[in-house]
Amino acid sequence: MENLSPAFITTFEASERALTTEHLDVLYGGTIQKLFDTSLQFKRNSITALIGASGSGKSTFLRSLNRMNDTVATVNGKIMFHGLNVNQANINVYELRKSIGMVFQKPNPFPKSIYDNITYALRADGEKNQQKLATIVEESLRAAALWDEVKDKLNQSALALSGGQQQRLCIARALALRPEIILLDEPASALDPVSTSKLEDTLKQLREKYTMVMVTHNMQQAARISDYTAFFHLGHAIEYDTTTNIFTNPQGAITEAYIQGSFG
Amino acid sequence: MSKKDTENLKDVVNQAIDSQQVVHVKLKDIGQKDIDIDKLTRPSKETHQEYWGRGLSYLAIGVIILLVGSIIGFVGIHGLATFFHDHVNLWQFLSSTDWDPTSGPNHVGALVMIVTSFLVTLLSALVATPFAVAVALFMTEYASKKAARFLQSIIELLVGIPSVVYGFLGLTLVVPVIRAIFGGTGFGILAGTLVLFVMVLPTITSLTVDALNAVPKHFRQASAALGATHWQTIARVVLKVATPRILTAVIFGMARAFGEALAVQMVIGNAVLMPYNLVTPSSTLTSQLTTQIGNTVMGTLANNALWSLALLLLVMSLFFNILVRMIGKKGAK
Repeated sequence: MENLSPAFITTFEASERALTTEHLDVLYGGTIQKLFDTSLQFKRNSITALIGASGSGKSTFLRSLNRMNDTVATVNGKIMFHGLNVNQANINVYELRKSIGMVFQKPNPFPKSIYDNITYALRADGEKNQQKLATIVEESLRAAALWDEVKDKLNQSALALSGGQQQRLCIARALALRPEIILLDEPASALDPVSTSKLEDTLKQLREKYTMVMVTHNMQQAARISDYTAFFHLGHAIEYDTTTNIFTNPQGAITEAYIQGSFG
Repeated sequence: MSKKDTENLKDVVNQAIDSQQVVHVKLKDIGQKDIDIDKLTRPSKETHQEYWGRGLSYLAIGVIILLVGSIIGFVGIHGLATFFHDHVNLWQFLSSTDWDPTSGPNHVGALVMIVTSFLVTLLSALVATPFAVAVALFMTEYASKKAARFLQSIIELLVGIPSVVYGFLGLTLVVPVIRAIFGGTGFGILAGTLVLFVMVLPTITSLTVDALNAVPKHFRQASAALGATHWQTIARVVLKVATPRILTAVIFGMARAFGEALAVQMVIGNAVLMPYNLVTPSSTLTSQLTTQIGNTVMGTLANNALWSLALLLLVMSLFFNILVRMIGKKGAK
């Protein structure tokens, strides 16, 4: 049996933490445990990459953070956000998800216009002020580095955009709610290299204002854009450190093996 | 390479697969079978099977095409005889309310039947659609798998009930209640609408369930991740995406209502009177056909006039089909 106890888990000052998990367990169907006792702290205004082989629990972990796993799994443990445990029954998950946004693996814009995609959540919330909506659309698209490409065709269907543009639209759509944290689930895995590079540039710029946690299968990507990296193996967080340390001086034997590509 | 070697090699590969090891097998070791080059230019058993299979399927298609063609041809010839042989004016046929074909070509006006047919069809679809969408939403979005399956079997049961039973129920339950509330005979468009409502509900519901299930899951996920509630997601994303297919479901329901004869005939009253309200007896294209077909002699104007009603039904069913295709095409964009 491999040693699955954590090799090294970095910590931050309380004032630096944007989101913290304490002893998080995730169980499917009440019996099949996919994530074990995971306690990680995410630093404000940084990009944290979650790496690991398929089935290592990194996506399960990510989707638990904004309660997207509620209907399919049981999540035990604490998720601390502004001093509040948001993993409890009385939390309004709809409000929580407005503060902790999510971008998925496959670009999933609605079959609506670009404009309506961005304003979807705000309008569902009852925002009717057209001037305000237009401002938010422009700001969000600018932040996602998509404004110059789509400013003349905001009323066209979002499905006519390229895959990379669609994914940046999905980021803009999440930004329209002005979240604090953005969770990204392999955001570039369906994109070509040029689109990936644009997306990465966008994410790097967003770091100034947002905290990002990103699952990725692409180690180069993790190395290129993340500040911190957490390595997952078989449902355990094995090692969590600065990206430089993880890639140049890993503490755990499994981490080293994974980084060097002997499995996964 | 002998047969035994090949067997051994298979064992090695199978063992490797069992133990999940990766084994590199040199392709040339497996060898090739001797080729009979003449076979390439000769038809084989498979070639003949191919001819037979294709021939049988073309034959079946041919029979069906002939059948459909003769039905359309027969209805067309008899239905058009009213206009070409008996010289009834087409405009009069479509716009006059005077229906008494035994009295001569000036008394062949089908407007009453046309209006009543359209009214019962539209009204029943109008009443059934909200219920059908609500039931379909419950089945796809809220119900447990068990409850959804239970509802599904109830819907299938409703489809399977013969229309004469619906008509009988309408005659026994609906007509007396309408008579008690509104006075008169109780027969009429309202009774027809209520009976058809129950009859088209399962059709529209099950097609709407398919429509909602076809909405990709990732739209729901995207909406949920933006903080939308389940209901907001349904109202703003799921129903919008599914609209073309739901419309198709409604049109299929309307086609069924338009063509239903027996149940409607039992509750509509069968008087060729213009329906100025919903509770006086009237007559639909189908009910007129079923009640009168036995009273006419083949080849007479009265008989041909009924064929014209049948032709109108045929044209309408074609129209519904075209409508469905048009909406389908628009939805695919």
